[in-house]
Amino acid sequence: MKVRIRFRKTGPVRFIGHLDVMRYFQKLIRRAGLPVAYSAGFHPHQIMSFAQPLGVGLESMAEYADVEMTEDISGEEAVRALNAVSAPGIEIVSVRQLPEGSRTAMSIVAAAAYRIRFSEALWERLAAGEPALSPEGLPVAWDAFLSRETIPVVKKTKKSEETLDLKPFLFASEADAEGEIFFLVQAGSERNIRPEMPAGEFLKGFGAEAGPADLKITRLDLYARGEDGRLVSLEEMGA
Amino acid sequence: MSDITLREARQSCGAGERRLALPDDVLLSVEKPARYIGGEWNSVVKDLRDVDLRVAFCFPDNYEIGMSHLGIQILYDLFNQMEGVWCERVYSPWPDLDKTMRERKIQLFALESQDPVHDFDFLAFTLQYEMCYTNVLQVLDLSGVPILAADRGEDDPLVIGGGPCTYNPEPLADFFDLFYIGEGETQYAPLFDAWRKNRDAGGSREDFLLAAAQIPGIYVPRFYDVTYNEDGTIRSMGPNRPGVPARVKKEVVREMSDTVYPERPVVPFMQVVQDRVTLEIMRGCIRGCRFCQAGMIYRPVRERSIEYLADKAKKMLDSTGHEEITLSSLSSSDYTHLPELLDLLIEDYGKKGINISLPSLRIDAFSLDVMSKVQDVKKSSLTFAPEAGTQRLRDVINKNLTEEDILTGAASAFEGGWDKVKLYFMLGLPTETREDMEGIAKLSNEVAAVYYDTVPKEKRNGRVRVTASSSFFVPKPFTPFQWAQMQPAQEYQARAKIVRDAFRAQLNQKSLSYQWHDPATTVLEGILARGDRRLGAVIRRVYERGCFFEAWTEFFHPEVWQEEMAACGLTEEFYNRRERTREEIFPWDLIDIGVTKNFLLREWQRALAGEVTPNCREKCSGCGAAVFGGGVCFEGQNQIS
Repeated sequence: MKVRIRFRKTGPVRFIGHLDVMRYFQKLIRRAGLPVAYSAGFHPHQIMSFAQPLGVGLESMAEYADVEMTEDISGEEAVRALNAVSAPGIEIVSVRQLPEGSRTAMSIVAAAAYRIRFSEALWERLAAGEPALSPEGLPVAWDAFLSRETIPVVKKTKKSEETLDLKPFLFASEADAEGEIFFLVQAGSERNIRPEMPAGEFLKGFGAEAGPADLKITRLDLYARGEDGRLVSLEEMGA
Repeated sequence: MSDITLREARQSCGAGERRLALPDDVLLSVEKPARYIGGEWNSVVKDLRDVDLRVAFCFPDNYEIGMSHLGIQILYDLFNQMEGVWCERVYSPWPDLDKTMRERKIQLFALESQDPVHDFDFLAFTLQYEMCYTNVLQVLDLSGVPILAADRGEDDPLVIGGGPCTYNPEPLADFFDLFYIGEGETQYAPLFDAWRKNRDAGGSREDFLLAAAQIPGIYVPRFYDVTYNEDGTIRSMGPNRPGVPARVKKEVVREMSDTVYPERPVVPFMQVVQDRVTLEIMRGCIRGCRFCQAGMIYRPVRERSIEYLADKAKKMLDSTGHEEITLSSLSSSDYTHLPELLDLLIEDYGKKGINISLPSLRIDAFSLDVMSKVQDVKKSSLTFAPEAGTQRLRDVINKNLTEEDILTGAASAFEGGWDKVKLYFMLGLPTETREDMEGIAKLSNEVAAVYYDTVPKEKRNGRVRVTASSSFFVPKPFTPFQWAQMQPAQEYQARAKIVRDAFRAQLNQKSLSYQWHDPATTVLEGILARGDRRLGAVIRRVYERGCFFEAWTEFFHPEVWQEEMAACGLTEEFYNRRERTREEIFPWDLIDIGVTKNFLLREWQRALAGEVTPNCREKCSGCGAAVFGGGVCFEGQNQIS
């Protein structure tokens, strides 16, 4: 049977890279004693795949790993067993059985929800900027940003630069007066919008630029398209 | 529709936070921030209300190297089992972070609590190789601890060193308050008790050090004075006050199956050098290779019982989730119960996808059979360490491995399907001649020839790969070669070229490759390994010129060392390029490892005469290690009595 593990990655472990998280789970699953399935060959490895890499420094409320088991397990017991042997900051939220023949999480990711907060240093720069911006003014300013006809950003790759209009990929968004911005953007292999992109473009309007730790980004969830085209949380696809 | 999803997502927020010493922008701008955050599985966090003695334990190299070291794992576990003691880990910040910490005046911190190292009671260093000495100074400096022990006050941590380099602690004497000589399992509890007693009595730092100096294995350098002859050799060294022992005897664990061993080693988040469970099956080595310091300082050989090892293996694999276990010792083939131990491990773990790795095995029919069970023959390579190119020189170094052993081993390996072989050699050994150097290439060629003689054409998978590498020999304290002379870097380079040219002349040269180590590093290792207290000034000056992480060739600046040696009036010639006389007093003579200087001298003379010495199980050579009352020295005595 195949299960989908949903877990959080918060606090200091946000500085651990994606490959290390994958290695962490291999050891975690062994420690928890779950009946994980191994590939054939001289050096068998656990049959496991992760939904979508998370950048170093980002927190997440919803990361996903799909794991093949050799026998049926109880989701609740698996959550308990995993959390009992997991390091602080990596917390298992649910373990759900996937229907037979499900596609891997990696291949179906269609959207991601993020929350962004600005660092105090950035707010100080924004308060002194021209035009000035404060948390109270954020909802109005953000709505104005969203109502632009196009939101072009320059996307740099190793080989080239392309200009991309973010607007069609920004499915929903809102900001509140506590200085938090939420948005739902397209994600996955077809077109992945990194959360820094809309935030960075927004800041340009205030003559500001975000340094390495100015954007406190939390991934809130990952979604796939259901048969009816609606977005559905990856967690909801398991039972 | 999307709005609903977003709202649901918003409700999932909320997380606790553990404070980190480094701000986010620093962590996001350095290479591998996972080195600095702690919080790994099995790392120990204690409630400060239950703690009255804090130890910061440092491996003065980067996290990946330091986390792979077994000694710290053992002591971390031992200390944290003690009531009231909290031991945390510290590693050298990589140069990128080092720079930022200095610019922004961030103090070095321990990983678990992220508290400044300066707040700890003890700052302990394990000293595994000479090239890390400047990193010790880096760690002291970044911690805000005065570099010189003499400059430290009552509020500074006590700086203690242990590990193989402390068998000649003298070059580091200026920087350490005390050294622990020998195996850490035995005397830390009495040492910590003495610290508490002194604290409760309101004693000073000096009072504690005086009490510590009376604990077996503890060496407090400030209580010893050294005088020199005009030629720079030592005239005398000894205690400068009453109550301090004339010599310090190394500490030894007598019964290896009745001592602590970590059951819950820390599991790093990031990939480290040893990403596996390490099972130390025995300590010491019966072989007596004359260049090998470990073979002398860890005498006598002591084995752990199968029951002990099986229990620890299970507990460590269960508590870590590692997918590999490695057997650790200086020469695993000499472990008496190796076949039973391997059967047991293969039986219990082979089917669970757990790899078993077996370094330090002699290549023979038995080990090949075992390896074919636990390794993918097609992918793995076999390692032989002939150490020298001719039988004559192998006899000089007492490496009891004949050419026939090597070629027969290689033939069986090739028959078993292996087609990659690594050969390790040393260049610059005492009495080495051109024939010995060329012998490295000839022996490598013969190994390759064995492949073509053994494996029929249709079974070959292209060429055999024989990779030979040589390091330059560094004479170490407490070895029979401690009297030996070294060569200048140019001479080492010239000898490596002789070997390289000899490789080019071999029939099977297309199957062979040869590489050699950096001779500049060798020269400095030689100076520091057999150095004296006067080198402390050089180490400090080199560090103050910005050098550290010198075990990494990209950060090693031999010219700075040369300049500072000259500035201090010291020479490479004195430390490396003279053969020491039998009468000379060595800086490390004040340490007693059980093995006597007489025995080492006897071995030095036998070496020069090309005579081999039997191993500890064949015949006792009376080295002196029997004084510890255990291990191989007393094996089989039950039957006799």
